Amino acid sequence: MKHIMHLLFPLVIVAHSSMSLAGDMDDDPLLGKVMLDQLELRTGDSDATVNWSLDGWLGRDLDKLWLKTKGDYERGSIGEANLQALYSRAIAPFWDLQVGWRGDLRPEPVRNWLAVGVKGLAPYFFDLDAALFLGESGRSQARIQAEYELLLTQRLILVPELELTLSGKDDPETATGSGLSTVEAGLRIRYEIRREFAPYLGVSWTRLYGQTADYAVEEGDETDQFQIVVGIRCWL
Amino acid sequence: MNALEMFLKYGGASLPRRQFVKGIAAGGALLGLGIAPDRLLASLTSSWQPVLRGTRFDLTLSSKRVNFTGQERLATTVNGLVPGPVLRWREGDRVILNVTNHLAEQSSIHWHGIILPMEMDGVPGISFKGIEPGETFRYTFDVHQSGTYWYHSHSGFQEQTGMYGAIIIDPRQPEPFGYDRDYVILLSDWSDEDPESIYAKLKKLSHYYNFAERTAGDLIREIKEKGVSQTWAERSMWNRMRMSDRDLSDVTGYTYTFLINGQPPASGWTGLFTKGERVRLRFINGSAMTFFDVRIPDLAMQVVAADGQNVAPVTVDEFRIGVAETYDVIVEPKDDRAYCVYAQALDRSGYARGVLTPDPSLTAEVPALDPYPILSHMDMGMAMGGMAADELEIEQLTMDDMAMTAPPASSAHAMHHSMPAGHSMGHTASGATVLKGNGAIGQGSGTKVIHGPAEFGLHVDGRAEDPQHRIDDPGVGLRNNGRRVLTYGDLRNLHPTPDTREPEREVQLHLTGNMGRYMWSINGIKYGDADPLNFKYGERLRITFVNDTMMNHPMHLHGMWSDLETGDGQHIPRKHTVIVQPGAKLSYLVSADARGDWAFHCHLLYHMLGMFRKVEVR
Repeated sequence: MKHIMHLLFPLVIVAHSSMSLAGDMDDDPLLGKVMLDQLELRTGDSDATVNWSLDGWLGRDLDKLWLKTKGDYERGSIGEANLQALYSRAIAPFWDLQVGWRGDLRPEPVRNWLAVGVKGLAPYFFDLDAALFLGESGRSQARIQAEYELLLTQRLILVPELELTLSGKDDPETATGSGLSTVEAGLRIRYEIRREFAPYLGVSWTRLYGQTADYAVEEGDETDQFQIVVGIRCWL
Repeated sequence: MNALEMFLKYGGASLPRRQFVKGIAAGGALLGLGIAPDRLLASLTSSWQPVLRGTRFDLTLSSKRVNFTGQERLATTVNGLVPGPVLRWREGDRVILNVTNHLAEQSSIHWHGIILPMEMDGVPGISFKGIEPGETFRYTFDVHQSGTYWYHSHSGFQEQTGMYGAIIIDPRQPEPFGYDRDYVILLSDWSDEDPESIYAKLKKLSHYYNFAERTAGDLIREIKEKGVSQTWAERSMWNRMRMSDRDLSDVTGYTYTFLINGQPPASGWTGLFTKGERVRLRFINGSAMTFFDVRIPDLAMQVVAADGQNVAPVTVDEFRIGVAETYDVIVEPKDDRAYCVYAQALDRSGYARGVLTPDPSLTAEVPALDPYPILSHMDMGMAMGGMAADELEIEQLTMDDMAMTAPPASSAHAMHHSMPAGHSMGHTASGATVLKGNGAIGQGSGTKVIHGPAEFGLHVDGRAEDPQHRIDDPGVGLRNNGRRVLTYGDLRNLHPTPDTREPEREVQLHLTGNMGRYMWSINGIKYGDADPLNFKYGERLRITFVNDTMMNHPMHLHGMWSDLETGDGQHIPRKHTVIVQPGAKLSYLVSADARGDWAFHCHLLYHMLGMFRKVEVR
């Protein structure tokens, strides 16, 4: 609940930031976008999972409230799930500073983090989202996501994606080791039937490193997974 | 009470002998059809234009169901029509226009290009309060000019949904050219989507409507043609700047249906002629967002007026008409055959089409769309020296790189100094004369281009480092296309320059934007955050635009003429809307002879909310 309260403050800023009129027109209306970037079935050597990556924002040109959630669903229960609620402020023509809360809701115990990140478009058209997370008991994490859209045709788009997670401290309860813990790479090809709706096919490769890999081995989990993915991407 | 005639006429041409009066009474007006009965059906589906004449006009603004695409949609209309009726005035008359708003929202009508008192200009929030639902606003003013103009709503996005129409003002003196027929050709863009939804989509994904982006296939082809290293070199600047060389139009044929006089390409507008006649075509671009490249294959066009003002006649095969511009041309079809009036969208995502024919049963072949235009480094505001445009795109990389690394403040002139002497003088990429900008009227600005601090803020994603006067550049997609294309350099006032004073001062305005966030501004400051521009009453000043974006912007100053500096100080053409090409600079002179508050903005509907200034003449 405390976190919800923290969210209300930026929401108020976002909703009431400058109403600008050209003649009688508002150049910067309050808008919202919900983007289901990935909703996919992953199959490989181990059990199939359903993974999601969902973002949403509400706001104006320069100030927005962002929600981001990622996770997976396996054999009737949620495997991993996290949620971020961020105040997003433009700090450069192509970049937003995003500050807020991240909660790792599954696996339990729940971990709360203060999130500070930058999201935007780097030269050469790479979409980047890099964030630092500071948690309780001196825990810290860094996560860098990069994505590129290669247009094979106007509607057939190949998307390589890379995500690195680093941890500052061992956290045995969530089976996370310090140092580089996870590398996730994906290659998806989508077909935009409309801009807002695209089915896709692809591959996903996840590898655990260091102590994180050791924890996984102890629990009998894979440390190196190659999966075929099929899913849909849609937004409104 | 003045008589108000309403003619349902065959294109507004002078009445042929065989006259057929259908006699439909509408609002006390007489509807006359100036066509033969056997042609009635064809004309009703494609070719008639209602014309209102006189000095008193009753216009009603209302919602009407329309169908341009196979889908019924609600349009915002004038007298229930899209486009609205042609208004035909006479120079020297005092006109009264009672505009009644039957819409559920506030509305307004702006008389585009008409010189009139501020209170009659029709811009809510600047010249008046707007017209509330149920209210009638009485516009009344003296008509001091003649030629082809237009009117449109200046409220919300009503212009996109159909609220526009032509104005023809007949001169007191005889025209300096003769013609036998007279047609309005009003170009527009219609979408079945709500304009609010279009704007929201652009904010969420700025390339939403662009289906002509660079693909992997283009890359492979270029590598085959030029090799990896040169392809890399050419691509790298665009990639570093996060700019697309295929970013020509924000809203495209993906959602637009392009209309001529309210007719989609499938039905097409039809105008009749008899072999040997001189036909005057009054082109008006009443689009929300679309520039058109207009030609009539096999028929040369003599341009006789630009933005309603007579120019020294110039014969061309093709011209580009920016949003809100008008051109009057005269054609003389010599053969008994049909001709296609072809207006392709600048981004080649579609076209509007009409037919000029001696017989409605004849059809004319519709040309294929031209290849998709690709922006050059010149359109990015890079240095060019004396190379041809297509050479530049390929071979000027070292120059471009020099310009990139040159300090911004000095780059404008550094390039010329570093060039061999033969290249430093005289010519732009299209072989055009470089305006020296020595301060003389008609020659443009020689003032150093300075990017202000706000141009380095969040609202601006790029700046033109070495913008050129490209008055003789036909523009992206029209260079070296084998046709004689009109440029601003061809425009010379038919009459001597009306105000020959040298400008007392110069105002440099940078057209700026952030494409990804879909924000538009002037000098990096959007309208909502900007102070008004101040003109001193009676002064003569020079406005110099620097286009720091990758798009063409049609800039429209209300209330006063824009005396466009095209190289001849003795015959400066007067315009109301001026295209500033991407990465270019351009100057015009203004005589600040109209007291009051005036709108000054980009006429692209989804740009103008930010790329807008109020001008105060005190």
